[in-house]
Amino acid sequence: MYRKMLSIRKFEKTASVFFAEGKIPGFVHLYIGEEAIAVGACANLRDDDYITSTHRGHGHIVAKGGNLKYMMAELFGKETGYCKGKGGSMHIADAELGILGANGIVGAGHLIATGAAWSAKYRGTDQVSVCFFGDASTNQSTFHEAMNLASLWKLPVIFVCENNLYGISVSQARHQNIQDISQRAIGYGMPALTADGNDVLTVYEKVGEAVSRARAGEGPTLLEFKTYRQHGHFEGDSGAYRPKEEVEAWLQKDPLPRLESHLLENGILTEEELEAIRQEVEEEIREALEFADASPYPAPESSVQDIYSDLIEEARIR
Amino acid sequence: MRKITYGEGIREALREKMLENKNVVLLGEDVGPYGGTFGVTKGLWEQFGEERVRDTPISEGVIVGASVGAAATGLRPVAELMFIDFLTFGMDGLVNQAAKMRYMFGGKISVPLVLRLPAGGGISAGAQHSGSLEAWVTHVPGLKVVYPSNARDAWGLMLTAIDDDNPVVYIESKVLYSQKIEVPDKVAPIPFGSAAVAREGADVSVITYGKQVHDSLKAAAALAKDGIEVEVIDLRSLYPLDKETIFKSVAKTHRALVVTEEVKRGGYGGELSALISEQCFDELDAPVVRIGALDSPVPYSQILESLVLPSVEDIVKGVKEMF
Repeated sequence: MYRKMLSIRKFEKTASVFFAEGKIPGFVHLYIGEEAIAVGACANLRDDDYITSTHRGHGHIVAKGGNLKYMMAELFGKETGYCKGKGGSMHIADAELGILGANGIVGAGHLIATGAAWSAKYRGTDQVSVCFFGDASTNQSTFHEAMNLASLWKLPVIFVCENNLYGISVSQARHQNIQDISQRAIGYGMPALTADGNDVLTVYEKVGEAVSRARAGEGPTLLEFKTYRQHGHFEGDSGAYRPKEEVEAWLQKDPLPRLESHLLENGILTEEELEAIRQEVEEEIREALEFADASPYPAPESSVQDIYSDLIEEARIR
Repeated sequence: MRKITYGEGIREALREKMLENKNVVLLGEDVGPYGGTFGVTKGLWEQFGEERVRDTPISEGVIVGASVGAAATGLRPVAELMFIDFLTFGMDGLVNQAAKMRYMFGGKISVPLVLRLPAGGGISAGAQHSGSLEAWVTHVPGLKVVYPSNARDAWGLMLTAIDDDNPVVYIESKVLYSQKIEVPDKVAPIPFGSAAVAREGADVSVITYGKQVHDSLKAAAALAKDGIEVEVIDLRSLYPLDKETIFKSVAKTHRALVVTEEVKRGGYGGELSALISEQCFDELDAPVVRIGALDSPVPYSQILESLVLPSVEDIVKGVKEMF
């Protein structure tokens, strides 16, 4: 789990630098500070379990086993990227790993994850579906429609809310009249809890319990994990709407050093072993960068491919 | 041969595919024991059971959105919305998810879902239950859109829709549900993008689909008395579009009239008209004419509704003005 968290952190730091340098276009929403949730949750999952991700999705993809090279190439808009350069930062998917896509539409994942859970249950497998989403998306109708159906049909879906306390620039207190989003489960007769999202062991344990229940046919769970994003909403957003003291206080709760201390204090890993992992992760990121850099841009004709399984749109004369 | 209704044509296709493939499932409001608002799914719940014919809460967002998730993970859901007007609640799942997923993800994920949407006016259902919204869906790359006009086509197009690996919007004309025609005991799948020539004629091509096929045939019969021979093209499939049949017909008749029930402003009829004008300019002896609804919501009162929606008389008049 430490290695995965570190991979996400390094990947995101790298993306941040390259975005600032203009090598990565578009919108980039980084997961720095929230790594414990994706990693703790996905550590309970098999390759054939499903996840749906968000606009802040790099962490989920890495945690579910996504390939750093293909991810980096996608960010660079290259042909070798996960989506052949057609998706970008917000739309990475990998069917083989059950990654049903990062999604640029706030709240869309609730429905897709619920549908995937319905499919798993219908097909008689014990696969589960984990839906990652933010605090602000719980004000969308999709959240409520999905919670109602999942509960009604007893679907194997785990709703994992990454409450980073802000919907873009609007603090939670200014977008909903509740403190704990887990309260919303009451209205759907669904078990729920709120826990520390910056402690990977807590996340691992709580999601693990929910996954076991889902696999056993006992239906959905809503889990809310409080966390904080260390960067702005997107790269280029200064985050000036957040009080300095709040940012400082949360930086003290950074999930990575917390896990490092835990590993060292309990004699699970030595400082040398940690350093070795850091070096390996650095090397992986370097390889991903080289791969992305060396890859070609997509061919022009690919712009109208993959729209349908069997039709090619005409490249019209403009 | 036997006589069946348009609604039964849809049902026969659903039944056939459900028997063939257990991953074909139905969902929607009242599709279960009740048999569907318009009776299309009658008997299927009894035959296939609760797991395969699922009543849902009145939540169009989740009907469409969960179908997307299910379709991306191995099922072939056929989702019914009670009226096309309620697509507003399901629009994100259809337009931002289903239609774009294959493309955004570089061809790695398929979304083989069918969305059934009863459309059109003519039954005093009022402004929120009478929509003709084909322009909304034909405008979206990634979606296929079909619109049958009779029981045989309803059956054959549904077979193809369920087998298709892309999201298919299957629009149904609700005033046609009880229309009966003779069909063979077993209907073959009708490939998308193949229009039918509903009537042959040498003087003018009427390009249309759905209920307006019937109106156009009535208009053609009336015009024949005046010596004008109308060719009626039933598109059946709006995307992919059988341009070849349209162009061939226009090359023969040198006149084209497009008839759709939608509000004319920004409608799919405009797309058809522009296409013919662009591609068949040298063949045309007159500008392409569009017949559609007035730029108005659909009113309730019968007298007003018949005024707002296009009629047989409107088609007759439109054709006559071309000569």
